[in-house]
Amino acid sequence: MIHSQPAADATRILAGLLETRTGQQIAPSRYWRIQTALAPLLKQNGIPDLDALVAVLSDPDNERLLQECLELMLNNESFFFRDIALFATLRSEALPQLRERRAARKSLRIWCAGCSTGQEAYSVAMLIDSDRDLWEGWTIEIIGTDISASVIAKARSGRYTQFEIQRGLSVDYMLRYFTQDGEDWVIDPRLQQIVRFQEENILKPRTEKGQFDIILCRNVLMYFAPETRSIAYAKLEQALQDDGLLMLGAAETVMDQTTLFSTAREMRGLHCKAVPGRTGASVLPPPLA
Amino acid sequence: MKTCLVVDDSKVIRKVARHILETLDFAVSEAADGSEALDHCGRSMPDVVLLDWNMPVMGGMEFLCALRKEEGGDRPKVVFCTTENGRGHIQAAIEAGADEYVMKPFDRETLHSKLQIVGCA
Repeated sequence: MIHSQPAADATRILAGLLETRTGQQIAPSRYWRIQTALAPLLKQNGIPDLDALVAVLSDPDNERLLQECLELMLNNESFFFRDIALFATLRSEALPQLRERRAARKSLRIWCAGCSTGQEAYSVAMLIDSDRDLWEGWTIEIIGTDISASVIAKARSGRYTQFEIQRGLSVDYMLRYFTQDGEDWVIDPRLQQIVRFQEENILKPRTEKGQFDIILCRNVLMYFAPETRSIAYAKLEQALQDDGLLMLGAAETVMDQTTLFSTAREMRGLHCKAVPGRTGASVLPPPLA
Repeated sequence: MKTCLVVDDSKVIRKVARHILETLDFAVSEAADGSEALDHCGRSMPDVVLLDWNMPVMGGMEFLCALRKEEGGDRPKVVFCTTENGRGHIQAAIEAGADEYVMKPFDRETLHSKLQIVGCA
């Protein structure tokens, strides 16, 4: 479909609204996604095209419709154990080290920032539960946050379609942690007890108090402009324990992106706070006295 | 380069699977049923078998049981790829020696992740 100039202007305006409200950028080469994502909303509301939609959204009374548009334009792609090698590192190296470090207090807090529909938070829960003998007596808390109300609602439901359930999830874990309900698969309520989801904008002040031992913020910052990314990194740094770990997406790095974190050389794909004097050679610095 | 034998009586499914697997750097062979697949494995054991359940002549489960009795037949990773999507079928396949299970329809990401799980991608 060839768009006229006014429609091209409309996509630019909508992309700008998305970035202003969420921080997420859409590259001009991917503006076609806006038309595709909003087509059902246009049809449902009897709005002929994107130009007309932009005109409707300019009325402050239509804030709710704007929210719907933003939710549809967000990239919420997620699947279980995305980047399987990183999760293997988390299980075999990061979690055992943190288990040693936190042995006295026996509690572990994990934050999945930009958790989308919950697959990542549940992946971490499954990893921990599969070694549950080692975590006997521990308090494990996994918190998933996302700016989108609709994805948080889906994450809370723990219900996935057949298509979603098998993206990244082994058949072993699927049979162990999910029950089949018609065409859908539903997460074990035992795992839901340790995972909590809430709406939160990573660029706004945190609603969750306290710090975390591990933060996963994966395939989120890559959609932000550099200045927006800096704000997000500052928030992540503030929320992470000094000897905690940050896990980004496989294609993301902290190098040349921020001075607040350094790459953990011993654990590929994981990052730690850039403490002055520390080279980054050791992933877990000595605990603070 | 890893090798994958696609066993499915649907020419379309074989074509789609071949296309995805080739983009994942697999050398792909095809068989239209379990019997053809067994003949192929007798000549050359693949690294992975992508296996349909219901096929004429010899179905997927019968093939799997026969394969696992062959010399070297314990080596290939077997990934069922079928419309039989019930928990009972999945459990039966795993108990019979399958390594993974893909429920149709599937896409590249699904297949890639399953091949990663069995250590072949």
